[in-house]
Amino acid sequence: MPEVITHDGAILNDEWIVVERPAEGESLDIPSRPALIPADLWLAGKEHFLGRQDIGVWFDSHQEPEMLEGLVNELSVIAVNFPKFADGRGYSIARLLRERLGYENELRAIGDVLLDQLQFMKRCGFDRFVLRADKNAEEAARCLNFFTQGYQAATDTDIPLFRRRAS
Amino acid sequence: MYVYDEHDRQIAAERVEQFRDQTRRALAGELAEEEFLPLRLQNGLYVQRLAPMLRIAVPYGMLSSKQLRALARITRDYDKGYAHFTTRQNVQLNWPALEDVPDILAELAEVEMHANQTSGNCIRNTTTDQFSGAQDDEIADPRPYCEIIRQWSTFHPEFAFLPRKFKVAVNASEHSDRAAIQVHDIGLQLVRDNNGELGFRVHVGGGLGRTPMVGPVIREFLPEKDLLTYLEAVLRVYNRYGRRDNKFKARIKILVKALTPQGFAEKVEAEWAHIKDSPTQLTQDAIEKFKTYFTEPAYEQVPDVKETLATQRFENRAFDQWIAHNVDAHKKPGYAIVTLTMKKTGTPPGDVTDRQLEQIADVADQYSFGEVRVTHQQNVVLADVRQDKLFELWEAITPMGFATANLNTLTDVICCPGGDYCSLANAKSIPVAEAIQRKFDDLDYLYDIGDVDLNISGCMNACGHHHVGHIGVLGVDKKGQEFYQISLGGSSHHDAAIGKILGPSFAREDMPDVVKKIIDVYVDNRTQEEAFLDTYRRIGIDPFKERVYA
Repeated sequence: MPEVITHDGAILNDEWIVVERPAEGESLDIPSRPALIPADLWLAGKEHFLGRQDIGVWFDSHQEPEMLEGLVNELSVIAVNFPKFADGRGYSIARLLRERLGYENELRAIGDVLLDQLQFMKRCGFDRFVLRADKNAEEAARCLNFFTQGYQAATDTDIPLFRRRAS
Repeated sequence: MYVYDEHDRQIAAERVEQFRDQTRRALAGELAEEEFLPLRLQNGLYVQRLAPMLRIAVPYGMLSSKQLRALARITRDYDKGYAHFTTRQNVQLNWPALEDVPDILAELAEVEMHANQTSGNCIRNTTTDQFSGAQDDEIADPRPYCEIIRQWSTFHPEFAFLPRKFKVAVNASEHSDRAAIQVHDIGLQLVRDNNGELGFRVHVGGGLGRTPMVGPVIREFLPEKDLLTYLEAVLRVYNRYGRRDNKFKARIKILVKALTPQGFAEKVEAEWAHIKDSPTQLTQDAIEKFKTYFTEPAYEQVPDVKETLATQRFENRAFDQWIAHNVDAHKKPGYAIVTLTMKKTGTPPGDVTDRQLEQIADVADQYSFGEVRVTHQQNVVLADVRQDKLFELWEAITPMGFATANLNTLTDVICCPGGDYCSLANAKSIPVAEAIQRKFDDLDYLYDIGDVDLNISGCMNACGHHHVGHIGVLGVDKKGQEFYQISLGGSSHHDAAIGKILGPSFAREDMPDVVKKIIDVYVDNRTQEEAFLDTYRRIGIDPFKERVYA
């Protein structure tokens, strides 16, 4: 069974699958099980998915989360893809989903997700992580907790250290 | 100087343990080389031609004597007994062993130092004017703002994987720019608006490297309280829209150019509107608290000692030259700013031995409140020296090799480590610097030539800032042979400009004569009050071309 890691490093079985973007001219094949589909395709065919709580969306790193403004909380799962771990756009996408668009449900990191990036992802609002298959999920809890605090405000805390010090 | 509180100490200690864990996994083969790469780079660790190189952060150039002594001990215990001051006000070790780096970091943390984000595609060490707080024409001391930026940028979770490296510099002086802010990704100039409110003029998209550019102004006035929210908006726009398909087009300058400065500014303003009133907006209390770390040292009430100095200068010509070139005016009566030059001919620019680091610590303790500043010209500044101690200080530092009276002259070369150490380099740079220094060894002649910035880089990455040298030298590789291309007319100061390429490149052995010909053209054409750059700007590049390629 595939695994997904929670924000505190617990390992859960993962029921969700990611549906790749169909090739040009082909239509989206919607599985009858929990599935994440490309965010723009969900938006374009939204009426087809009414009542399907087991359909979520995923963003690729070049996509703009603003396209779902006002709609995000209709979804129970949103994923952001990291095509390469060095592509840092997903961190901004996550913060915008949480802080700008007010998304409150599950936000997962998918793709080239490695252990040493988890701490940053967590601070930017991700609460589920699908590690790249060759990485050891048992180490996630340690890597999520190297730091007990950060200097800046982010999604996890809106109070930067300079304000905590002042009090 | 900034002093860690319990939060800073905890974060620094946790960072050491994190890097220890990462190094262990890398050595155990659990992390692939390309996965460990950004982790070690964000900790200043390069794998170089001869050994790893560790770049240690010196936030905005400030070092205490205690830190200097710790650096001396580390170079002795873990390296070959010398270190290198870089053009980003940092310190590099050239020979540490990878497995020792966590222990080095632990020792650094004990003296409130680190190597965070000194490399990699993240926000790098913020730099500023080495005369901060001691000069009389600054709008406000820039260092509290540099420390505010340091803390905000340290392990910023959103900006650890930017398209490319990102450098911020702050300048506070009204009349000079020793921080070269217009050739940074973000350059901040402290200003006051018409109501006397303190803030920044914001330049974005300057830089050197393959595509050198002077950074345009994208905001004329940013109130100081909005510093971090605005930086966050700039970085977010860059992180989202900066190019990631081509490493050579990934710096923010390319994005600013593509969108136009106005188009870029509009995107930043739109982003900023959402976050400007967030809790990241600075409070007056917080700003005041940061300022308390950079208060004046305990200056004594002493008068200027013009007459004594005049007598000493009259009686000793070498002292006179040193005062004229390496000593600057101070805002306090009776004090002076002294630059220790690390440019003695025969020593690679910026290199210091462990013993010299301790000597610098000793003179800092004795003459300048135990603090120094590293400059991006690879020298070291004692910012608060009593004028009546100048002669004594000069006598002390002369045998140490720090009193070469060539500050800002042709032989005060900015130079990267080059092909002798760096695996990126196309050509060696240190031997070129040395050959030119040997050619121009007559101080009187050097003084007659006046201020000339000679900057040498061993490759396109431009660590030696060659684009903004009045005379810039770039090492190039031609079919496996080292050649050197010259550019003229660059400047990193208020009148920032990118130099123009003179023409085809030269072999290394020809370089001293080529530079001599360039200087001759200047000497032949100058009017009485013209410095090198003025003459160049008046007569253009052609007379130089004609002479050099005749």
